[in-house]
Amino acid sequence: MKQFRKLVTPYCLWLFLLTVVPMLLIVFYAFTEKGTAITTFSFTLENFTKFLDPIFVSVLFRSLKLGLLTTGVCFLVGYPIAYMIAKCKDTTQTILILLITIPTWINLLMRTYSWISILSNNGLLNKLFEAIGMNSVNMLYTDFAVIIGMVYNFLPFMILPIHASLTNMDKSLLEASQDLGASPIQTFFKITFRLSLSGVLTGITLVFLPSISAFVIPKMLGGGQYSLIGNFIEQQFITIGNWHFGSAVSLILAVFVIGLMALIFMAEKRTNNSVEEEEGGWLSNAKRKKVR
Amino acid sequence: MKKLIELENLTKEFNGQVVLKGIHLDIHENEFMTLLGPSGCGKTTTLRIIGGFEEASAGEVLFDGIDISKLPPHKREINTVFQKYALFPHMNVHDNIAFGLKIKKMDKSIIDQKVLKILTLVGLENYGNRHISQLSGGQQQRVAIARALVNEPKVLLLDEPLGALDLKLRKAMQVELKNIQKEVGITFIYVTHDQEEALTMSDTIVVMNDGAIQQIGTPTDIYNEPENRFVAKFIGESNIVEGLFVKDFLVEFDGQQFVCVDKGFDEGQEVDIVLRPEDLDIVEVGQGKIEGVISSILFKGVHYEIMVETSERTYTVHTTDINEIGKKVNLDFWPEDIHVMEKMGTY
Ligand SMILES: Nc1ncnc2c1ncn2[C@@H]1O[C@H](COP(=O)(O)OP(=O)(O)OP(=O)(O)O)[C@@H](O)[C@H]1O
Ligand SMILES: [Mg+2]
Repeated sequence: MKQFRKLVTPYCLWLFLLTVVPMLLIVFYAFTEKGTAITTFSFTLENFTKFLDPIFVSVLFRSLKLGLLTTGVCFLVGYPIAYMIAKCKDTTQTILILLITIPTWINLLMRTYSWISILSNNGLLNKLFEAIGMNSVNMLYTDFAVIIGMVYNFLPFMILPIHASLTNMDKSLLEASQDLGASPIQTFFKITFRLSLSGVLTGITLVFLPSISAFVIPKMLGGGQYSLIGNFIEQQFITIGNWHFGSAVSLILAVFVIGLMALIFMAEKRTNNSVEEEEGGWLSNAKRKKVR
Repeated sequence: MKKLIELENLTKEFNGQVVLKGIHLDIHENEFMTLLGPSGCGKTTTLRIIGGFEEASAGEVLFDGIDISKLPPHKREINTVFQKYALFPHMNVHDNIAFGLKIKKMDKSIIDQKVLKILTLVGLENYGNRHISQLSGGQQQRVAIARALVNEPKVLLLDEPLGALDLKLRKAMQVELKNIQKEVGITFIYVTHDQEEALTMSDTIVVMNDGAIQQIGTPTDIYNEPENRFVAKFIGESNIVEGLFVKDFLVEFDGQQFVCVDKGFDEGQEVDIVLRPEDLDIVEVGQGKIEGVISSILFKGVHYEIMVETSERTYTVHTTDINEIGKKVNLDFWPEDIHVMEKMGTY
């Protein structure tokens, strides 16, 4: 085995070049401003103080709002779906889970374009409305379209971990609960939901974090007026060309995300602690499932 | 005693496979009834139908004379101790036990009082705040029993509750369970495939095989008067001998006629005869009933297991006397040691 160890070196090198160096560059850009010559940079905090402008802050909050809304809708739609799938026969479950996973293999742009053709003024939905004698509704480039696109895109990441935690649950606990006099509804809230919380938290993490910084979907379905933190960063880098300010905003967002992740991690640890050591969150559950 | 549960012609099929073949069973108030049988004979299925977790394909479950076949589990006055305990992992011991009482919306002070009382009964009064994962197997077991008992059900179903415990703890828990049952005075329906456990604990034993009841009776009945070869074999080791029922109080086997205490079979009927190993005595040649030679001796802790070869077969004898291999001996027994059974297919 030992002679293979050297083979790891190029991998580490690439890892360093492709992930660590860009990160360091972002930190570097964020704390500097351009000097007169190309090679002279000077240290500054101005990029951060500039962001405190209410206009920019409101962009951040709008992003958080969209993230929360997306996560909320994903949960409300995803939990019942995951629950119903978990109730099916094993073979049916495999098929349904596959059906939910397949769209994520298709390019994000293509998926979002198809929503444009569904929601646009002479799109599929409006054609349908006309056919049944209703007025056409302006849906594209509204909040509604953005939410639809976001939820459609992130829903699988809510369903899969919840489904995993539901199928890993010991079914005899549900029987025990009913045996002790709890109706099916009481059993759901006191046992099923409580024990699927770790899956729910994983789902929230997987949906909320990327949806704060999403910018492709809001841009395509929400139109140009829809300025979010993701769009904002993209603009700074590509349209305006202010890499320093762009990097600073990226860093602020990253710190925000890390903070939120820490919160969720702590919450998950608390539920897991009280749900016995053996239930180690979604990842270890999924692993255990594979082994079986 | 009053009948509490009646199973009438209970039948269960799983995808065309018949696992219960028309069970008839009366369970009385305060009875400790044990379902005993080999793996896969349908004990758990019977219990699950009584508990409401499985629906019978045909037949009825009567509770206090009322058909409860369609009643969901949470509306039945029956509680279960599950084979693998099924304790709620997100609650501590106290909350697990209080679960049923909270559902019934009892006052908190009454709940606390009842939980403490039941915890004391199972010897875990200081464990209320413990987490389930911090308990040993035997303690979890007792929490499972307490959680079911605290609801004061009329019937408690127990599915091999001691299966996961080591021998010593199992013996201790057997005594404890039996005491609890007497003290609280409720009906236990207990499942096990351990015949010794069944014999020590039960008022009534139901021996099952292959989805059908073989015999219902007290432990003594079942042990001493097995109704067929299966029961005789399943309850302890036995010498089972094919013979003829000559007439009342007289049987013939191994080419001789013996006086017995059984009657009521047809004259000349072929029967199976059980001779328990501990009922056979090894005596000097000429003083017993059947001649033979000792072919092997095994020390079993309390007694010796001795094989005596006769001209017809090999008999197993349990005795504390010391003997030697190769010795010519006689086998002796009393008329009441001969148990005559209806001959049924060979198992
Ligand atoms: N849900 C099910 N689906 C299909 N077959 C089943 C199901 N449950 C039980 N069986 C079958 O019914 C038969 C009786 O099973 P049951 O669990 O009642 O046996 P048991 O007497 O409790 O055995 P053990 O002592 O091993 O627990 C077995 O052959 C089993 O394979
Ligand atoms: Mg069983």
